[in-house]
Amino acid sequence: MSIAVIKYNAGNIHSVVHGLRRIGVEPIVTDDFRVLRAADKVIFPGVGEASSTMAYLRAHQLDQLIRSLTQPVLGICIGLQLMCRHSEEGDVDCLGIFDADVKRFVSERIQDKVPHMGWNTLQQTQTDLLKDMEAAYVYYVHSYYASLSSQTIAVTDYLNPFSAALHRDNFYATQFHPEKSGMAGAQVLKNFLLL
Amino acid sequence: MLAKRIIPCLDVKDGQTVKGVNFVNFRAAGDPVELGAAYSRQGADELVFLDITASHEGRKTFTDMVQKVAARIDIPFTVGGGINELSDVDVLLKAGADKVSINSAAIRNPNLIDSIAKSYGNQVCVVAIDAKLEQNGEWVCYLNGGRIPTDRTLFEWALEAQSRGAGEILFTSMSHDGVKQGYPNDALRRLTDCLSIPVIASGGAGSKEHFKDAFVEGHADAALAASVFHFGEILIPELKAYLRAEGVVVR
Repeated sequence: MSIAVIKYNAGNIHSVVHGLRRIGVEPIVTDDFRVLRAADKVIFPGVGEASSTMAYLRAHQLDQLIRSLTQPVLGICIGLQLMCRHSEEGDVDCLGIFDADVKRFVSERIQDKVPHMGWNTLQQTQTDLLKDMEAAYVYYVHSYYASLSSQTIAVTDYLNPFSAALHRDNFYATQFHPEKSGMAGAQVLKNFLLL
Repeated sequence: MLAKRIIPCLDVKDGQTVKGVNFVNFRAAGDPVELGAAYSRQGADELVFLDITASHEGRKTFTDMVQKVAARIDIPFTVGGGINELSDVDVLLKAGADKVSINSAAIRNPNLIDSIAKSYGNQVCVVAIDAKLEQNGEWVCYLNGGRIPTDRTLFEWALEAQSRGAGEILFTSMSHDGVKQGYPNDALRRLTDCLSIPVIASGGAGSKEHFKDAFVEGHADAALAASVFHFGEILIPELKAYLRAEGVVVR
């Protein structure tokens, strides 16, 4: 099975590469359209800022490529946010794959810390990607979140309930980092490879 | 609910963990990668690796270790020690670290916090503060592992670090570190309640109750400890079971 990881200007792309290697898969990190189209699975990971990463995707026509993919695609963290309609971070229109908007956490009390950093639970889990993941703890680090939508397949509650994961057709995405979420996260990656 | 985090800290010199370890039967008790992996299996929520090597060669060894940790361990980890400029941060993040911890360099050059946050995001930048409660009741910040006092005080420096873009504050009380009498909960609470970023309590844990107190009384978001874990005085699964029974949310 060929697994391609999309190479672009976001940070920490290699952490998912390590995560895949730990479960016995060697991915290709590439921005080559042919390789991405031909891969059995595509992962769209990263940590970064929405408007600058979106500008990069547009400049390299990766925005059109990602929308046109037909195999299972997994967005992670900023990947999930870029697959939504719009992000408040840099007020930017995103890929529009999911009917959700990305907003900044609003802290009304000093004890409500932003970023949302650490381990939190998954609730209302759906689809085979999140099989047996109900109430599992996964690792988050983010200041922006995707709103709930009919495409939400898991909810985490921090300051307000948000989309922990989204799904439409062949597109899946998680706000948490499966590659940093211990055994639970490794299971999510394994589940993705089985889709 | 967001869980309170338990963070073992490993001091590394020339690629080997420094403090003695006797909590499990290890083939490589001195190997920080093996040790980190064992803590991860036991339920540690994050790891911190501190480079206490001074030499140039040692730095290279530490960077190699960071690469091995990134490949092996599936929970987040922070690296610190000897970070003086942005290029040091770049090397460690490229090696696979999730976050970097800066201490003396941040007090000497506060702009370093802004640069790290701007280049890599706030979440990458942990500002570690070593402070000591002085006779006059002030918490004074110290440099170089607690050897040189500064004119900065804990609360004002932490607020400045936050406004410059720190993602977390790691507060070590030099008055409590190594004494095993608990964390400085009053100062911790004052600190966590004046900051909008997470605070990691460090220094002073001697019993499971001390962790509970740091979370319940000190309002800490995470608690870091070294020797109680390394010497097997507290086992992470037992600590978490205890905290859960006491109503603290843990993973």
